[in-house]
Parts: sequence; structure tokens; C-alpha cells
Amino acid sequence: MSSYRIQGATGDWEVVIGLEVHAQVTSKAKLFSGASTEFGAEPNTQVSLVDAAMPGMLPVLNEECVRQAVRTGMALEAKINAWSRFDRKNYFYADLPQGYQISQLYHPIVGEGSIEIETEEGAKKVGIERIHIEQDAGKMMHDQHPSFSYVDLNRSGVALMEIVSKPDMRSPEEAGAYVRKLRSILRYVGSCDGNMEQGSMRADVNVSVRRPGEGFGTRCEIKNVNSVRFIQQAIEYEANRQVDLIEGGGSVVQETRLFDPDKGETRSLRSKEEAHDYRYFPDPDLLPLELAPEFLEECRRSLPELPDAKRRRYQEQLGLPDYNASVLTAEAETARWFEALIAEGALRQQRPEEQVAKAASNWLISDLFGALNRLGKSIEESPVTPAQGAELLALVADGTISGSLAKQVFEIMLETGDDPARIVEERGLKQTSDTGAIEKAIAEVMAANADKVAEYRGGKDKLFGFFVGQVMKAMGGKANPQVVNELLKKSLA
Amino acid sequence: MMTQITDLGVTAIRDGFRAGDFSAREVAEAFIGAVEKARPLNAFIVETPDHAIAAAEQADRDRSEGLLKPLSGIPIGMKDLFATRGVQTTAASAILKGFEPTYESTVSAKLFAAGAGMLGKLNMDQFAMGSSNETSAFGNVISPWRRKDGANTPLTPGGSSGGSAAAVAARIVPAATGTDTGGSIRQPAAFTGIAGIKPTYGRCSRWGIVAFASSLDQAGPMARDVRDCAAMLEVMSGYDPMDSTSLDLPVPHWEAGLSSDLRGKRVGIPKEYRIEGVPEEIDRVWEQGIAWLRDAGAEVVEVSLPHTRYALPTYYIIAPAEASSNLARYDGARYGLRELPENGSLTDMYEATRAAGFGAEVKRRIMIGTYVLSAGFYDAYFNQAQKVRALIARDFQQAWDSCDLLLTPTAPSAAFGLGEKSDDPIAMYLNDVFSVPASLAGLPAMSVPAALDGQGLPLGLHVIGKPLDEQSVLNAGLALEERAGFTARPEAWW
Repeated sequence: MSSYRIQGATGDWEVVIGLEVHAQVTSKAKLFSGASTEFGAEPNTQVSLVDAAMPGMLPVLNEECVRQAVRTGMALEAKINAWSRFDRKNYFYADLPQGYQISQLYHPIVGEGSIEIETEEGAKKVGIERIHIEQDAGKMMHDQHPSFSYVDLNRSGVALMEIVSKPDMRSPEEAGAYVRKLRSILRYVGSCDGNMEQGSMRADVNVSVRRPGEGFGTRCEIKNVNSVRFIQQAIEYEANRQVDLIEGGGSVVQETRLFDPDKGETRSLRSKEEAHDYRYFPDPDLLPLELAPEFLEECRRSLPELPDAKRRRYQEQLGLPDYNASVLTAEAETARWFEALIAEGALRQQRPEEQVAKAASNWLISDLFGALNRLGKSIEESPVTPAQGAELLALVADGTISGSLAKQVFEIMLETGDDPARIVEERGLKQTSDTGAIEKAIAEVMAANADKVAEYRGGKDKLFGFFVGQVMKAMGGKANPQVVNELLKKSLA
Repeated sequence: MMTQITDLGVTAIRDGFRAGDFSAREVAEAFIGAVEKARPLNAFIVETPDHAIAAAEQADRDRSEGLLKPLSGIPIGMKDLFATRGVQTTAASAILKGFEPTYESTVSAKLFAAGAGMLGKLNMDQFAMGSSNETSAFGNVISPWRRKDGANTPLTPGGSSGGSAAAVAARIVPAATGTDTGGSIRQPAAFTGIAGIKPTYGRCSRWGIVAFASSLDQAGPMARDVRDCAAMLEVMSGYDPMDSTSLDLPVPHWEAGLSSDLRGKRVGIPKEYRIEGVPEEIDRVWEQGIAWLRDAGAEVVEVSLPHTRYALPTYYIIAPAEASSNLARYDGARYGLRELPENGSLTDMYEATRAAGFGAEVKRRIMIGTYVLSAGFYDAYFNQAQKVRALIARDFQQAWDSCDLLLTPTAPSAAFGLGEKSDDPIAMYLNDVFSVPASLAGLPAMSVPAALDGQGLPLGLHVIGKPLDEQSVLNAGLALEERAGFTARPEAWW
């Protein structure tokens, strides 16, 4: 149970949230035509006769889009409907050349499933109501001409999955966690790139409020919100608006609203009375979609290890702390990088993966992520490869360089892209365990700081660190710290 | 009297051309001349003599090199519902005036690939909605037939493939393409004394055919006789991956399979098709047809199709529902007519364009279709109609237990005068009463000319077959044709 409450003048209110996420299916061609789906092309250059709804044109279903929707359903542990059907959703708008969108109202391809999210109160399951596939519309361009609007049909007909949750979320944070988790799963599966800035993922947010434990209130739907932050802001604003409305003696009207990110508020788009009558009916141009058992089996076999399973494996088999496992599995790319890192590491160090995993995970999360953050790069754009990372960690493990030297070497790797062994070699950064040299340095330091030696011997133990620092400095940072410790202890005794 | 080339049908021209009796160019020129002369019929919206000549020249070259295609040397007429590359395609609607597709419909492409040339685009009821060719934005087609009362009342050629029917009957084309949604090939064929077949739904690709009601629309040939229909249909049929409802089956050799020997075949006479108010002449021709089929060796049995009376209302829910959606794309935004009131909004453009571009019957059907699909009425109308449609299909399914074919009249009357029914949509819709059930069930069905009525106007007989059994339908048609000996043709008054 979420403890999130809106504190109204008359008491606490609980927020009820359901999300309809539109995710663009990763496929080269559109849902019902062979036109390309590539993002960023010149307007109206990726439009087939079907997409422009020329007279007599007919849709032909793209099997790849079906495969992606089925795989997504399987990843959400949802019921796959071996029989589904396409319906036409009829309405007039300039971005919809056919005058109808081909969608699936009555018989969607995927039925009920669920997603597990992390909340402050622990793990929670959010129900999936259904997933259906449908066509995207074109894009209006209102800034090309003083009195006309133009339309770009490149997106017209691109395949979308509409992933509908149950009204199971109770706070903006839960909604955020749900979207992030869903996005992560889609990216693992490879069925959607999850790119919210490019519009590959956007959400319709249903919000209502109620007294804790009571029945559902009247909901409002906030259309087309395109970032996790905006989704959370929109929910917070909308829930407070509804509470104020009810407590002020009014009532919530079921309506469609828009979120204005600049003002951080929602405003009415159209009421239920003004809602379109979409006149859904089965599309007579398409046969019902029947999925063969072999096709379903092939979809299942093609699924990768999913984030929850991976996270459990990292904890149980690799012995990683929960935090590390969770961070490393949140994004498919991170997990991929990490797995390459430890595979390479195990090879170099001649040790099983579970023995190199923990140090590797710590280095990746603190050093690599820190550097990427600073450089404003994603892990896919990392200037350092997993093999180079593994080489660096191996140099630390076999005592060639110290941990602090490793940080220095890593900085040089980021700048030059060179391999760590070469950097260490060329710049003479190899750590030394040469006791003769270290003892010489210790003697010099002790001679130069006779007063401190006396103080130490007189019981001021804290000064030990000072001596270590001085010796390391004298050794140019290259002395093996363990050896320095041992020899210093002996000399100072 | 010497036989003119234009007296010849598809297979006769094909065979004469192959035998070297004439060149393809001579054939094309003969028909081009006939088309020009017959302009008073208003059968064509666009004439394309250049297309016919080019195909003929190609056919002549091919023949000299020993290459003969199935329709080499045959010029045909193309219903204006088929998209033809670079040639105006309007579905006889003002909303598509001037529209020249950049693509070729699958059926017309198959015909051209088989060597056929095109004499022009044939007039029709607007968007194939109508049974009299009076809804065309390009004016009525006038039937070449006249009553023998001497009044010269202009008659309907039937519809919606009225231009096709009139052109074939007037001998200005050897054959034409038609499309049939609820009877649009068969009823005009019956009205004009020619043969026409609607194959099993899915035999002919719908790709590139302007859609009226997608679950019902089927292309088919209209020609002088059964053999010509078989030859044309072989070329027009075949699987098309661009049409998801197309049947992935080989095309049988229907012409080679023609036989009027019906021994072993059982022909069902559906008792529900005996409806009150149908003229006695229709019944008489039906009885005659039964006798002819018996004579050809068939066993005749009475069958029952209990849901027949619901077929018309079912059709007039489903077809307009699909049409209301299919015609949404004609919005003035991308092609065809655009009416833009000054300072008008997008909605104003839609309203003005559609108001100006669509004819009254099209608007009526869009309204009906929109109504039966709307929230609150969907279950009562559209959903109910879908269920009844399944029952009608089941009726046929059960009838096939006791027979192989069905024989009925094609239409409840002979051709009527233009204007006689145009202000009574219900009377007009009743024209389809015998043809609509087979459409709803997706069955192959054909009309062949059987006799003349008291006014000297043709009456047709209608054969319905099992799914994919076009061969039996054609064979029964051939048996009727041989016994009817129908040689009447309209006297040229144009």
C-alpha cells in the first residue's frame, strides 16, 4: 500500500492512476505498408500509396510488428491471444489520411499480464490490462505557411503498441517507476527503442482520486505526455486539482485533458459529451490474425533474459549486492557492457566470473558511470571498451598498479583511448614492490621528519598516515601501498 | 450480311486473330469507331483509343514473332472503378474528377499483361452505389435496348456496372470488366441480354479497385457469352499478396473445362425466392430455366434458404457501414476535388468538399452507414447484421447437402425506364433481392440471358454455385445459353 496521500482540507485522498503507453514498434517497415520507419527523414519521403490512402489501396500486415508485440506480451508474462482481429477507429483529421485508424478494440493480440516495480514500500505488481497494435497518424506542421497547415505523413502507418495498465498505481513515483520499468523491458526485448524525446514512447495518463479504501472516483485522461518527469508532474497537478474541486463542492467531470509542461498544469481538451464516436468495426480489408503454435514458440525462444531474472542472477550467482545488481540491470545496454566486462575480466585474470564480478561492478558504477556522467555520454558511447576496462581491473588485481594509480590511468584512457597496459608501460606508472627502494625512501622521510618520528613513537598513532603519504610521494605514487605499510611499521617500531 | 469484327466476342476475336483472319489493329480500329459512334449511350467516361491501338500494335508484333498471349488483340472496356495508371479514374464521382492514378489495379494489370488493350473507362453508378446507373456524376448511361412500344423511353442498363453492360450489349466492346457488391455485374447483365459472372469472393484481387464495401466487392467479367466470360475470368483471377483477402489458390482452366452436360449435377430451386409481386414473366422464364437444366441432365430439387428475406436489410446495413468508412478518405486533402470556403477551417473544407463531391445516393449510404455503426446502434444494426449474414451463409452451406447449384431469376423485373424508380430508394434496392444473398455468402454466381419479355427486353437467369466452384456455375450457364438460343440484340439507334 502506498502511503502517498493528497492532504486535503477535509482529510486525506488517495490517487488512482492507470497508464496507456503508446510504444513505437521497432521494425524497418510500417504496420501495413512497406514504407520505411526511419526517424528524421525529410517530410513525406517515407509514404507509400497505402499510407497516403490512395483510392483502392489495401493494408497488408507486417509480420515483424506482430512478432514484436507477441514478444513484448511474453516479456510481460501476459496472455497471448492466438486469435485477434483488427478494427477501424473512424474519425476525420488531416493527419489521418484513411479517415480511420486500424487498431484492435474488440480482440487485442495480448491480454492480461503484469510488471513488477520497486516502491518505497517494497516490490509491487502493476497489472497489464491488454496490449494491442495500431497505426500511428501523420504529423501536422502549423508553422510552414501563414494560413495553411501542412501534414507530414512519414509517421502515418507506423506500428504502435498500446500497452494499457490496470488502475493499479497510487502515487506519481509509482507511475514513474512503472514507465521506467516498462521502458527497460521494451528495450531488453528490442520491441521499442523507448526514446521518449523522439516520440517513440508516450503515455495517456488516467487520474482519479478517492478516500482511501473507497470505490474509484471519476477519472480524467491526460493525453500524450512524453517524459517520466512530465507524467509525474501531470499526476500531481491533476490529483490536487481534483481534490480542490471536490472539496470546493464541485465534482470531477470525465474528460480528456492536456498537460502544459511550461506551466506545469493540465487543462481541458474535450468533455465526454464532445468525445468522438469512433464507430469501431472489424476492418473488412484484413483477415483475423491467427498465430500458429510454432510462431509463438519461435517468439518465446527469441526472448532475452529479462531485467528481473538478470538481477536475481547477479545477486545469486555473481554475489553482487542488491544495489549493484539493480543498477546494472536497469538498462539492457548497461547489463550488456557489464557482462562483456566480467567475461573479459575472468579470461584475463584466469578466475571464474563470480570472483571478478564484485570489483568490476563497483568500478563500473562509480568510476565508469562517474566519467560518463561528466562527459555527458551514454554507456554505448563510452570511450573505453569493456575489454579495456577488464584490462585495467586485471592490472589492479595482480598488483601491477594500485587503486589510486588505476584512477589516474583511467583518466588517461578516457582522454586518449589507449589500452591501460600501454599507458602504464609508457608512462612508467607500474607499481613497485622493490623493498630496497622503498626502505631507502622510508629512511629519507624519517630523517627529514625526526620530530614527527619522535611524536609517533611517543604514542601519536595518527601520524602513521602522514608517513605513508610522504613515502608514497617520494616514490612518485608507484610504491605498492601494502609493502609501504609493512616496512613503515617495522621502521617506526 | 457480312459479319463485322464488332459482332465478334472475346474468344472469336482471339481465334480469328490467331488464324490470321485480321490484325489486332483492325480489331482495335473497328471497336474505336464503334465507341465513337455510340456516344449517345454515354457508356464511357473517358475513351482511350491510344491505349487500345498501342496494345494492338504490340499484339501484331508479338504474333509475327510467334508470341500469343491469352487476350492478344482483344480491346476491352474498363469499369471506372479500376485504377488505371495515367488514365482518369473517378468511380463516376465528382470528388475524383481529374484524378489520374500513378498505379494500375491488379486486375487491369493482369488483363494488359495478357495482351488486352483498353478502349476506355466505363460509366457506372457513383462509387458502385446504385442499380440503374442514374447516380453517376457523368450522367446516366442509356441502355441500347428499347421497348417495342415505339415510345423510345430511355431505359436503364442496370447498375452499378451499367456502362460495361451497355457497351457489351451495343457491340462496342467485346467484353468489359465489372464489379459486383450486391448484384452490380449480374443485374445489368440481365437487363442488357449479356453474360456476367461474379466469382467467389477472393478470386480477383481488390487491389486498385476503388472500394465500396470491402467484404463484398468482387471483380468479374461481362461479355457476350459464357465462354467469353470464362476466358476473361481466367485472366482476371489469381492470388495477390497485396490483398489480404485474396485466395492463394491456382486458377482453374475454366474455358477448357466448359461442358453443358449436367448429368450428375443437382440443381436446387430455393422456395423462398418465389416472392410476391414479381411479374409472371419472371416466373415463366424461371420455369423454363428449370426445364432447360433438366434437359441438360441435371436433377432438380427444391431447397430452402430460410433467412433469404433478411438478406436485403442485412446487405443495406453492412454495405453502407463499410462504405461510410471506405469513403472517409475523400476529404479534399490529398487528391481529387477540394472545396475550400474563404477563411474556412479544416472541418469547413471537409464539409464543402464532400457536400460538392458526393452524389445524393452516396451521401444517403454514408449517412446510413454512419448511423448503423454509431454508439448505441452498433449492436442493434451492424452487429445484428453480421450475425444474420452468418446465418445466410449457413443456409447456403446446408443447401449444398442436397444440391450443387441454385437456379433463380437474376432480377425481379426487366429493365425499367430511367427516372422511373430514382425517387424511391426502397424500390430501387429491391432490384438486388435475388443477387444479394450470394454476395453476402461470397459465392460465385452468374447471369445469362434467357428470353425477351413482352416488351422485347431481355430477362436473365441466375446460377449460384458452391465456393470456388465457378466451373459448375459456368457449365450450368452454358447449358442454359445453348438451350435459350438467345440471339436477340438491340437495334442500333445511336
